[in-house]
Amino acid sequence: MMITEIVFAALVIIILTGALLAVGLKNVFYNALALILCLFGVAALFIYLNSEFLAIMEVIVYIGAISIAIIFAIMLSRPMTQKTEPENRGKVIRSAVLSALFFGVLAKVIASTAWPIASEQGDYSIKGIGKMLLSTQALPFEVISLILLIAIIGALVLSSPEDNAS
Amino acid sequence: MSQSLTSYLFISAALFSIGLFGVLTRRNLVAMLISLELILNSVSISFMAFNRFVFADKSLGQVFVIFIIALAAAEVSIALSLILWLHRKKGSIDIEKAKDLRG
Repeated sequence: MMITEIVFAALVIIILTGALLAVGLKNVFYNALALILCLFGVAALFIYLNSEFLAIMEVIVYIGAISIAIIFAIMLSRPMTQKTEPENRGKVIRSAVLSALFFGVLAKVIASTAWPIASEQGDYSIKGIGKMLLSTQALPFEVISLILLIAIIGALVLSSPEDNAS
Repeated sequence: MSQSLTSYLFISAALFSIGLFGVLTRRNLVAMLISLELILNSVSISFMAFNRFVFADKSLGQVFVIFIIALAAAEVSIALSLILWLHRKKGSIDIEKAKDLRG
């Protein structure tokens, strides 16, 4: 019981540190690496929430595909990493105040709401997910596949050479 | 601590706020995209927390998070190709230099 709490606290620290580094560091390449650290933490958090399948999907899709695609894009365009953004102190302070205010409002809402806690027992299995995807959630499932097709075609059109694109 | 709904919701809110701060401050488009990923992940965490503690049907939240992950993949592929296109056209991906839509 004790060890799970320690690991949970370490996970929270990893997630928040990774997120802060992903936002705060100046070099975009380090931002992408910190994003990977944060996503690993989120994947481990999904195991705490009883869903091993989503943890695996998080690692495969987010880390294996999305983060690697971002890193490829950074490396394909070399000057992207070397651009240093000039400091705009007023903007940073305004954004920090706004984000802190937003977090404060959210924290107030979370703390003051009486959440209707239901039973934690239930069917978390991959079998249940598959059944739901192909029965009650079949329409969103099909729409998602259409969106992915459109995204593939759109990315191909946008990144093809100039004379073919227009 | 790992057995209460509110701790997960606090993590989610913190992650969302950090992502919001990143979207507001960074001017590099790729950095903004990374912040956007943080926001999507915070929403996934809150969905999964509600799935464990509130929903009766334990598959529903997981299905929603699968949809979020699929949409994030589509969004990143489009956004990265747009960013590379902008980089080819303007030689910069600073958001301040992309004020017109004429390319």
